[in-house]
Amino acid sequence: MLPELDKDVVRNRIAKRIALDFEDGSVVNLGIGIPTLVSDYIPEDIHITFQTENGVVGAGPVPQVEDFRFIGAGGRCLSLLSNASLVASDFSFGLIRGGHLDATVLGALQVDSQGNLANWWIPGKLVPGMGGAMDLVTGARRVIIATTLLTKKGEPKILEKCSLPLTGVRVVDTVVTEYALFRVIDGELTLCEVAPGITVDDIRQNTFSGIKVLDEVGKMTESEEKQSL
Amino acid sequence: MPSKMIKPVMSAEEAANHVVNGSSVMVGGFNYGGVPYSLVDALVEAGTSDLELIANDTLYEGVGHGKLVQTGQVRKVIASHVGLNKSTGRLFNEGKLDLELVPQGTFVERIRAGGFGLGGILTPTGVGTVHEEGKQVIETMGKKYILELPLKADVALIRAYRADRFGNLTYFGTNRNFNPLMATAADIVIAEVDSICETGGLNPNEIVTPGILVDYLVLKGDSYYATRT
Repeated sequence: MLPELDKDVVRNRIAKRIALDFEDGSVVNLGIGIPTLVSDYIPEDIHITFQTENGVVGAGPVPQVEDFRFIGAGGRCLSLLSNASLVASDFSFGLIRGGHLDATVLGALQVDSQGNLANWWIPGKLVPGMGGAMDLVTGARRVIIATTLLTKKGEPKILEKCSLPLTGVRVVDTVVTEYALFRVIDGELTLCEVAPGITVDDIRQNTFSGIKVLDEVGKMTESEEKQSL
Repeated sequence: MPSKMIKPVMSAEEAANHVVNGSSVMVGGFNYGGVPYSLVDALVEAGTSDLELIANDTLYEGVGHGKLVQTGQVRKVIASHVGLNKSTGRLFNEGKLDLELVPQGTFVERIRAGGFGLGGILTPTGVGTVHEEGKQVIETMGKKYILELPLKADVALIRAYRADRFGNLTYFGTNRNFNPLMATAADIVIAEVDSICETGGLNPNEIVTPGILVDYLVLKGDSYYATRT
């Protein structure tokens, strides 16, 4: 049985673990939702240039005084760091598609054993659209997925095969959930870390039975202190 | 017939009359940012209908061109993301709205193709997903690309920062987004701006959109959103 966790604990645990997964100097795009929180937890000795799809390279935290002439992809106000530059959408997506991003962090509806991602459409129900996600998963060197292990209804989001329309084929590198971390190794999604108190069987029961498991599954750690940008 | 050297400055209401029933209309903006709010509000007020709206997103209900969808004035939406406006998804699911979702990077490149005389663009974005259905897939240098066709409009409503009377435009902050490219891809281009100076009053080094692309100028109005962006 998976322990029930508070919504904020879930969101921040996922964001904290992802924040430990970058090399110094990386250029990173953060999606809307949990991914946005990642920038709050980057370790002090790691410097990241955050790119927003609407045209900022070098985005900083939400400023004290709001100016809606400077917003991020989620519509929140942002500040510009000293290295920042502003570009139009064509240039921004040129950076994204052109391989100039080290990583993108995105949410998911489903991820599967081959690293396929679905996050833009539930036919007949929800039509949010893909926004910039299809370009991001195509162009970013690493695609990191930030998601809860289960849907709100308690159904697995990590499946042997996605049933929803795909955003990208074999594009996912890493999946971080509140209970476990997975990486795509040799083309196959592999359970690599479990959160304290969670067993490999817990994850098997809440993903799919045939999920590949690393020989030595690690503990999913998170930075303890909230860091500022 | 407007002068080609001195662009008419007019009210948003007058400018909105250039959009007629059945027009295709590009509207600049990403989320709250860089939306020509006064022009869009005037279009809502005019009640012009049967429109094809080409915009990155459909904002929120009650905001900017989000209202245009809500009032039923729009026949078809071409956008990358519509998830923040409940009306868009509802009208689509009820069969009352035609919706074409386009990956954001593809959206902007299709506008570039339309404005810059290209027959289309080849992009890897969406290969292997339902987005490629009905489109030509071209393999070159061992990689698959989707052929995406140009996008043009009868009228573009854009938001810039400063203008001179020739129609030269500068942009500010993240308000730039899709506006400069939309100015290349419509028969009539109307720019809503913060200020208008005599020709020669802008530094050519800072001009992004040459005035030859712009037909009419409108000063931004005093609505809540127009004054904040």
